[in-house]
Amino acid sequence: MSERILSVLVEDKPGVLARVASTISRRGFNINSLAVGPTNIEGRSKMTIVTELESVEQVKKQLNKLINVIKIVELDPDNTIESEVLLLKVSINKDTQTSVIEKASLSGAKSVDVGQDYAVFEMTGSSKDLDKLENLLKPFGIIEMIRGGRIAIQTKL
Amino acid sequence: MSEEKLSGAELVVRSLEYMNISTIFGLPGGAILPAYDPLYDSPIRHILARHEQGSGHMAEGYAQATGELGVVIATSGPGATNLITPLTNALMDSTPLLAITGQVASEAIGNDAFQEAYTVGLTMAATKHNYLITSAEEIPQVLLEAKHIATTGRPGPVLVDIPKDILNQKVEWIEPKLIEMPGYKPTLEPNPKMISQAAELIKQSKKPILYVGGGIIHSKANQELFELATKFKIPVVTTLMGRGAFPDGNELCFEMPGMHGNYTATTSIQKSDLLIAIGVRFDDRVTANPKFFAQNAKVIHADIDPAEIGKIREPEVPIVGDAKSVITGLIEKLADTDLNTSDWLNELNQMKKEYPLSYNQEEKGPLKVPFVLEELQKLADDDAIVVSGVGQHQMWISQHWNFTSPNTWLNSGGLGTMGYSLPAAIGAKAAYPDRQILALDGDGCFQMTCQELITASTENIPIKIVVFNNGNHGMVRQWQKIFYKNRFSASELTHHTPDYVALAESMGATGLRMIEKSDVKKVFEKMLEIDDKPVLVECIVDPEDMVFPMVPAGGSNDVVILNEDDLKKL
Repeated sequence: MSERILSVLVEDKPGVLARVASTISRRGFNINSLAVGPTNIEGRSKMTIVTELESVEQVKKQLNKLINVIKIVELDPDNTIESEVLLLKVSINKDTQTSVIEKASLSGAKSVDVGQDYAVFEMTGSSKDLDKLENLLKPFGIIEMIRGGRIAIQTKL
Repeated sequence: MSEEKLSGAELVVRSLEYMNISTIFGLPGGAILPAYDPLYDSPIRHILARHEQGSGHMAEGYAQATGELGVVIATSGPGATNLITPLTNALMDSTPLLAITGQVASEAIGNDAFQEAYTVGLTMAATKHNYLITSAEEIPQVLLEAKHIATTGRPGPVLVDIPKDILNQKVEWIEPKLIEMPGYKPTLEPNPKMISQAAELIKQSKKPILYVGGGIIHSKANQELFELATKFKIPVVTTLMGRGAFPDGNELCFEMPGMHGNYTATTSIQKSDLLIAIGVRFDDRVTANPKFFAQNAKVIHADIDPAEIGKIREPEVPIVGDAKSVITGLIEKLADTDLNTSDWLNELNQMKKEYPLSYNQEEKGPLKVPFVLEELQKLADDDAIVVSGVGQHQMWISQHWNFTSPNTWLNSGGLGTMGYSLPAAIGAKAAYPDRQILALDGDGCFQMTCQELITASTENIPIKIVVFNNGNHGMVRQWQKIFYKNRFSASELTHHTPDYVALAESMGATGLRMIEKSDVKKVFEKMLEIDDKPVLVECIVDPEDMVFPMVPAGGSNDVVILNEDDLKKL
């Protein structure tokens, strides 16, 4: 099943995330990712929701019933730029240090902190690229990893 | 000139007065106490319930009977949690409700203070919208917005939670004004293209059926519906929430379809080639297994809530809009179309003759609810409002009572809340003191909220209550008979049954009892005569009686169980 990306414009008010999350949970919708943050418009936040549901129309309609939800747009995958941020802490030692840093930087990750026995990388990119980095570094022992949720924007006006 | 400063509590009461609220239902407590002080001087009538659930159902009954906003007020913590059932009930049945709850002081929120509950969080999924007030200035504006949200679009409950310190905060009254809400713009006018497409389908249809529900009543579209049906000779079925939207007794009315609907109503949908569904939501009690529902029919689905369209059944023609505008649009578009539905109507009338609703009241046998109902209707006023509980008696009322106008049938349809009848009847009577309000309840239901009988007596609200006493949770027992081999686990109420007559008398009401067929008329006559206090009639009925027809949950509406013998089909 292919992924569908919803871009949800909401009022920046207390409890809006809880309302959206409650609706998603209450209606039994499965989602892959949900990210939320401010926009260029004062008092407005945007949520990016990624789901594989066939019933995405129902998700849209149910979320639209929330008073604080202003507009929902389903993004056209062919004209969408998607990005996600990742922070990853991996084990290193004298033998692996060079190779880990090299592999990570070739994948597009930036090393933000390197200690004696660990390195922290930061990367932004498509979720597939982030998956690749994760798989690449797995053999060295990932200590901790956090991903920020996927955000997306349509390229055409 | 600056106005005198008012407390948040005074703003609450003044806002209610500003919105022309004449009656509210509630129960005081610590956090809401400041609001009760200005209420003492207000012309608003406050009806003191004995339990917050009761106050919520009273406000619902008031709203269902009038079509206007019902208002309930409660304290924080348990006051608010006790409202969750009526709020959810109102959400399911689209009843316009405003709940105002007290909250612990702002600085105590989140600290597990005495009588603190996370009301906004707890009621998020039980309301259309809710608010936590953070400053007293907001109160008039938020209450007006809350009323607007509750009463427009698809109506529903809205809760406003107000911390105690804010009720005591002094600010100036700022006249509230409805400002545009960017995320709330209900679509009332249907898309004309969709109306045209719908009219085309109707013109081509040989076996159309109007499948209508509560949306007609909320929209006050019963006259338009009447015109549409009678002008084009389209038969009508009315769902449980739509009873009264089209008059029973009209030759085009085939009454209620579904799980306990009559055979013809249920079957008409199965045989139809076009469902004109307006203000309905394809509830499972109507459709049974939706895979087998109206398989031969195309569907026009009109609803004010876009989320209802395509939720259960993908329609050929989706229409978002208010029922009244939709129907007016259809009448205009169909103009002088001559729909020839006479063969279809003959088929349905034949079916109705062959499969009538029936019951067997023996001369000396135990009383049967349908018989008692028909006797009561003969004596009751034409504009009496019937308020039901949930279960067997509810289905029998819907089947056997003749509903000829909207807002005369109040019940808990979607949530199926036992205990609804008595408090909702109190709410209806508070709205219409001069009309007969009949709370027709089961004994299981009655025991859930019977403390409100005291409310009715104390507040001088002379409702009539009939408790159909079969000493059982009748519908549960019916299912146990059919599906659980007569193993009556926890459904019998007979071991310690209250003396309902004594109970009524002890609560300031008159108590009467009927046991035999010969009692029925005279007891009801007496009941209807008493108008200065509530009357309760205990009606002892046959515990073995079952509601038929029946389509078991998840079954197909093609297989209607007509009577006990028919159970072999299962």
